[in-house]
Amino acid sequence: MSAKRLALAAALCAATMFTAVSAEARTLRWARSGDALTLDPHAQNEGPTHTLNHHIYEPLVMRDRKGALVPALATSWKILDNDKSVWEFKLREGIKFHNGNPFNADDAVFSLQRAMAPSSDMKGLLTSVESVTKVNDTTIHVKTKGPNPLLVNNLTNTFIMDKEWAEANNATKPQDFKNKEENFAVRNANGTGAFVLVSREPDVRTVLKRNDNYWGKGSEVPLEISELIYTPIKSDATRVAALLSGEVDFVQDVPVQDIERLKGTQNLHVTAGPENRTIFFGMDVGSKDLKTDNVEGKNPFADKRVRQAMNMAINRAAIQRVVMRGQSVPTGVIMPPFVNGWTPELDKAPTPDVNRAKAMLAEAGYPQGFQITLNCPNDRYINDEGICQAVVGMLGQIGIKTNLVSQSKTLHFPLVQKNPPETEFFLIGWGVPTFDSEYIFSFLYHTRDAKFGSWNALRLSDTELDKKIESLSSETDAAKRNGMIAEIWKKLQDETYYLPIHHQQLAYAMKANLDVPVDPENQPKLKYVSFKGM
Amino acid sequence: MFAYILRSLLQGAVVLIAVAFIAFSMFRFVGDPVANMVGQEASMADREELTKHLGLDQPFPIQFLRFLGKAAQGDFGISYRQGRPVAAVMAERLPATVELAVLSAIFATVVGVALGVYAAIRRHGLVANAVMTLSLVGVSLPTFLIGIGLIYVFAVELRWLPSFGRGETVRLGGWTTGLLTKSGLQSLILPVLTLGFFQLTLIMRLVRSEMLEVMRSDFIRFARARGIPNRVIEFRHALRNTMIPVVTIAGLQLGSVIAFAIVTETVFQWPGLGALFVNAVQFADVPVMAAYLVFVAFVFVVVNLATDLAYLALDPRLRAAPTAAR
Repeated sequence: MSAKRLALAAALCAATMFTAVSAEARTLRWARSGDALTLDPHAQNEGPTHTLNHHIYEPLVMRDRKGALVPALATSWKILDNDKSVWEFKLREGIKFHNGNPFNADDAVFSLQRAMAPSSDMKGLLTSVESVTKVNDTTIHVKTKGPNPLLVNNLTNTFIMDKEWAEANNATKPQDFKNKEENFAVRNANGTGAFVLVSREPDVRTVLKRNDNYWGKGSEVPLEISELIYTPIKSDATRVAALLSGEVDFVQDVPVQDIERLKGTQNLHVTAGPENRTIFFGMDVGSKDLKTDNVEGKNPFADKRVRQAMNMAINRAAIQRVVMRGQSVPTGVIMPPFVNGWTPELDKAPTPDVNRAKAMLAEAGYPQGFQITLNCPNDRYINDEGICQAVVGMLGQIGIKTNLVSQSKTLHFPLVQKNPPETEFFLIGWGVPTFDSEYIFSFLYHTRDAKFGSWNALRLSDTELDKKIESLSSETDAAKRNGMIAEIWKKLQDETYYLPIHHQQLAYAMKANLDVPVDPENQPKLKYVSFKGM
Repeated sequence: MFAYILRSLLQGAVVLIAVAFIAFSMFRFVGDPVANMVGQEASMADREELTKHLGLDQPFPIQFLRFLGKAAQGDFGISYRQGRPVAAVMAERLPATVELAVLSAIFATVVGVALGVYAAIRRHGLVANAVMTLSLVGVSLPTFLIGIGLIYVFAVELRWLPSFGRGETVRLGGWTTGLLTKSGLQSLILPVLTLGFFQLTLIMRLVRSEMLEVMRSDFIRFARARGIPNRVIEFRHALRNTMIPVVTIAGLQLGSVIAFAIVTETVFQWPGLGALFVNAVQFADVPVMAAYLVFVAFVFVVVNLATDLAYLALDPRLRAAPTAAR
C-alpha cells in the first residue's frame, strides 16, 4: 500500500515539475480573412492553406523569416558528384510525428510520391522529378529528368506525412473530387511540426497546442505559445474590431485604410514589409490584330515604342500615394526583391514623362492614341480595381482610351488562362515561390505549350528566348547561370512586354507585447514568436 | 386537408426543380472553379484534365441532369473549396443559421407585435410617435451598417459582447447549440438584433396600420356599444383580426431570414449557411451553391405551407369550408 502511495507521490511530483519546466500557458488568437482550404498538405497549393499547415507539418527544407533556405526535416542536401541529376537528402534523426511514430526515409519517399499523385495540387512543382528512392533510413535520392539545380527551392511547401498514419487512415492519395467520401487527411493531421492539431472546424476555428517534444526548440525558436487559436474573419471591419476589442491577438490581411488608425491605438503594434508579389499589366503583343481596339489591321501593342510609351505614362508614385496610401513599393521590373536575379537597377521605376510618351506614341503612328479594353480583377490583390482606374486615367493623358472591365477573380483569371487568352490587356500579380528568375521566365515569358507558359497571356512566342530559358534549368554552374539570367532580363526590360506597377506590401497588426515581422511569402511562422515584457 | 397538403408538396417539388434549373444555368456567369482549385504552377494540361474530371466540359443539359440524378439520391457532390461532401458541410452549418433565424424571428414578432399594438392604441402619444419615427430608420438603414454599428458600440467601446463567432457551442447529437453556454448566448445577442431589426420594424408598422383599420370597423363599434372593456376589445377582438396579414408576412419573413441571413452572417463571422454561400460564390464552388439554392427554395416551400396551415388555425371561416371552396 505504501509503495503504491509513494509511486503516486512521485508521479505527482514529476507532474508538477514538468509543468514548472514548460513555459506558462500562453494562448495566441490569430485571425485572417480566409481559412485554410484543407489540412491535407498536398491537396491545395494555396497560401493560407500552406500557412496553417506549416505549423503542423514540416517540409524537408523551409524558408526562415527572411526568405533564406534552412534545414527542416532534411539536415543537408547536395547534387551527387557522379550524377548531376540526383539530389541527395540527409534526413534528421530521432524525430517523431505527433502520434509517436518515428520519422524516417520511408515517410519522406512516401510524401514526395503522394505530392506527385494525379490528384495532388503540388505536382506542378515536382514535374522535373523522375523518381524518389530510399537509400537507407536517413538518406533519400531524388532523381530528376536531367540536372535541376533548383529542385530544393521547389520543396519548401511540400510537407512530409507519416506513411503508417496515412495508410492506416486510407489517406495515401489527396482528395479526389469524384470520390464521395471525405479524405481523412482533410480534417485530421499528424505532422512533425511545432504545433499539434487539437480541433478543426473549417471556416470557424482551428485549435493547435504546442508540441513539447519539438526538435527545433531553442534560441531561434522559443516556442512560447502554448495554444494557438486560428479564426478566419471575413469582414474587414469585424476583423479590425475583434483586434480593437481584444478578442484576437494577431491579425493578418489588415485593410490598407485601417493601418494608420491601428498604429495610433494604444497597446497595438503594426508591422509592414514587402510581400513576394509584384503587380503588373500585360498585353497581347503576338496577335496580328486586336479585337477590342479601334485600329484596323494592326496591333499597336506589337510595337515596342507603344509599350515603352505606356510604361512611361504611368505615374507609379501617384498610385502608391493615392491608391495604396503608401503601402507599396513602386518598381520597374515584374520581380520581387527577394528573387535571384533582382538588382536595384532593374527595380528602378521609370520616371513618368507624359510629353515624351506622347511623342513616342506619335512616332509609332498613333498621334491620336487608340482605344482598348482592360480586364481587371476586383477581389484578388490589394486595391486592384483602384490601380486599374488610376492607370486608365494615366493612359488617357497620352490618348489611349481604355474601357475598364473589372470583375471577380473567378471570372478574371480564366480570361488570362484560357488558350488562346480572352483578354488583350490585363492586370495580374505574381509571386515567386522558388525565389528564382527562371520561374518567372518559364511561366510568364516562355511560349505557351503543354509544359511552359501557362501564364503567358501575351501570345508571345520567341524561340530564341525560349531556348535561353530552357537552358537555365540544367545549368548547374551558379555563376554562369546568374550571368544568363541577367542577360535575359536585359532583353526583356528593353522589350517592355509587361508594365510593372509595384511590389505589394503587407501589414500585420497585433498586441503590443508581440512582434511578428511580415513574412515575404505571407506565411507567418508563429513558433518564432516570443512575448515581450508582461 | 390531406389532399391540400399533398398538392402543396407537389407544387413544391416543381418549384425546387425550377430553382435548380435557373441556378444551374447561372453558374457559368460565376466563373470557372478550376482557376481557384489549382495552384499557379499548374500547366494548361493539368487544368484541362481537372475540367474534364469534374465534368465541367460537358454541355449544360448533361451537367444539369447529372446533378438532378445525384441530388435525388441525396448526393450533392464534394465541395470544390473544402474537399468535403456538401451534405455534411451544410448539415454542420445548419444549426447556426436556424438558431439565429428562429431567435430573430421570435424577437421581431414579439417585440414588433407589442410595439405595433401600443402604437395603434396610443396613436397620438409621444412615445408611440417616437417609436414610429425610429422604425423608419430601421426600414431604411442597411443591415451591415446596423451590424457594424452594434459591434463598435457593444464590442469595441463597451466590451460587453463579442464581435464575432458563435462562442462556445454544445453538441447534442447531430446538432450544435449556442443556447446552453454563457458565451454562446452572448454571441447571439448582436446578430439577433441585427437580423431581426428590419423584420421588427416591418411587423410593427403592419400591425399598427392593420389594427387601426380594424378598430374603425363595425364589430368593434358594436362591441364598445355593448360595454365590453377596452382591454378585451383590443386584445381579444381587434388583435386577433389583424393577425391574418401579419402571419403571412411574418411567415414569409422567416423564410427570408433563414435564406438570406448572408449579410448578418458575414458581418459577425457567424458560421452558418449564408457565410458558407458567400465563400462558395467567391470560389465558384458550384456543388455548394447548387445545394444551397435548392435548400433555400425548400425552406420557402415549407414556410409557405406552414403559413397556409396557420390561416386555418386563425380563421375559422377557412376551417368550415375546407377544399370545397376552392
